[in-house]
Amino acid sequence: MAILVIAEHDNLSLKADTLKTVAAAVAIGGDINVLVAGSNCDAAAQEAAKAAGVSKVLVADNSAFEHQLAENMGLLVTELAGDYSHILASATTTGKNFMPRVAALLDVAQISEIIAVESTDTFVRPIYAGNAIATVQSLDATKVITVRSTGFDAVATDGSAEVVALSNVTDAGTSAFVNAELTVSERPDLGAASVVISGGRGMQNGENFKLLEGIADKLGAAIGASRAAVDAGFVPNDMQVGQTGKIVAPDLYIAVGISGAIQHLAGMKDSKVIVAINKDAEAPIFQVADYGIVADLFDVLPELEAAL
Amino acid sequence: MKVLVPIKRVIDYNVKVRVKPDNSNVDLTNVKMAINPFCEIAVEEAVRLKEAGVATEIIAVSIGSKSCQEQLRTALALGADRAIQIDTELTLDSINIAKLLQKVVDEEQPQIVLLGKQAIDSDNNQTGQMLGALTSMPQGTFASIVKVEGDKVNVTREVDGGLQTVALNLPAIITTDLRLNEPRYASLPNIMKAKRKPLVVKAAEEFGIDLSPRSNLVKVTPPAVREAGVIVETIEELVEKLRNEAKVI
Repeated sequence: MAILVIAEHDNLSLKADTLKTVAAAVAIGGDINVLVAGSNCDAAAQEAAKAAGVSKVLVADNSAFEHQLAENMGLLVTELAGDYSHILASATTTGKNFMPRVAALLDVAQISEIIAVESTDTFVRPIYAGNAIATVQSLDATKVITVRSTGFDAVATDGSAEVVALSNVTDAGTSAFVNAELTVSERPDLGAASVVISGGRGMQNGENFKLLEGIADKLGAAIGASRAAVDAGFVPNDMQVGQTGKIVAPDLYIAVGISGAIQHLAGMKDSKVIVAINKDAEAPIFQVADYGIVADLFDVLPELEAAL
Repeated sequence: MKVLVPIKRVIDYNVKVRVKPDNSNVDLTNVKMAINPFCEIAVEEAVRLKEAGVATEIIAVSIGSKSCQEQLRTALALGADRAIQIDTELTLDSINIAKLLQKVVDEEQPQIVLLGKQAIDSDNNQTGQMLGALTSMPQGTFASIVKVEGDKVNVTREVDGGLQTVALNLPAIITTDLRLNEPRYASLPNIMKAKRKPLVVKAAEEFGIDLSPRSNLVKVTPPAVREAGVIVETIEELVEKLRNEAKVI
């Protein structure tokens, strides 16, 4: 069996999600290749070559792949698919975007967001916002799979895979990148942080999220938010934790002014330790929290910052 | 231009689903069902495109048993012009759903297909992208802004790092994210009017597609239960416990 893992990267560096997806490939077992498709993406390819367990890194370096547009990525991966029994990508907004196109072009189903590998054809994935866990057996010859990063521990980076340049260029010509407004932050990525502090509707406005920043700086934490806080315009969409936002599982998750709707719990309930700060003692968030404080967040956040 | 809006009947988002005791699946007996929230946003966006004079006709389509007519009527009440139910009792993989929708696209020739980015039951996030590949249409997934300009549509997408805008040649696929719009409530007169709008039923078998399953649901189990912890009285106590008991800071 041979497994192709599609790298998640920004041309300059490899995202940690890729190392976790390689871990899923290791769990399936077989010869593992990684595809780095981008433009001037050599740095990312060199990083991918260090992922333990990878035998070969395929590099498709062309302007058609600079922004990893789904149309072009779908065609490229489909061209390469013949050599592989499994094709894996991280369940990021990039992987979720192009992988179903690959599956459709190969005329196979996709198994989305697996959190565990049972065997070479059977995988475990959450459904219904994580309120049920399905074990699914693929009946297709080629398994097209997206991997939820929280389900797997990153492989080591002590490998030395061969790096091979590909000449494939697939440009559908039907879509074009216009621009990106990416959030620039000194803090760790939400998905990679070992501590996450999130604010909800109880924060009342975007300005008040500053109360979380001092605490985040002291803990080296990423800052997240509930859907309610994002919908209300307090903070941008990339901070949303939940069923359809980011799925996180840090060592410590601090939920501030978040009631705990099932859609939010779906995004954080696998965290190791959960702290809830809410003035409503009946808030469902307390049912999943290891430690709860029933108090006004505006009173206790400055205290917490001072105590750290 | 025609806009096609595929919609799905799912469990109401407020209902917490339970797993059947025999672990064969979740138990949907007597559970409140509704239009998938992301599909509702897709219907609303189509209606806004029509109100803006961009769209001329909105066709809602759903694949499932007769009960999904209820959700098609909801779409009609929100402003869709006509509806198609593709009748089947089978639980279909997304690839087979996409293949059926491809046939509808071939017949209706929409300029835009608007879908929800994912259904809140299966949480797959696949159908729109698969339909895009099968029809060779470009796609703007996880859309928060849609702007039709001439023979192109600009879609601003919610991505992990922030926002990304792509320009797509029409016809195109768009899948909706939460911030695209806030769906309206159907008014009583519109609900009454929806009952008289055309709803065509076609048997899934008529489309000549092999709908055999591509995956086998081995079992469904409840997630690990998280025990509620303790309520602490002071920040000092919390910090002490995080340091010495949980050892996470």
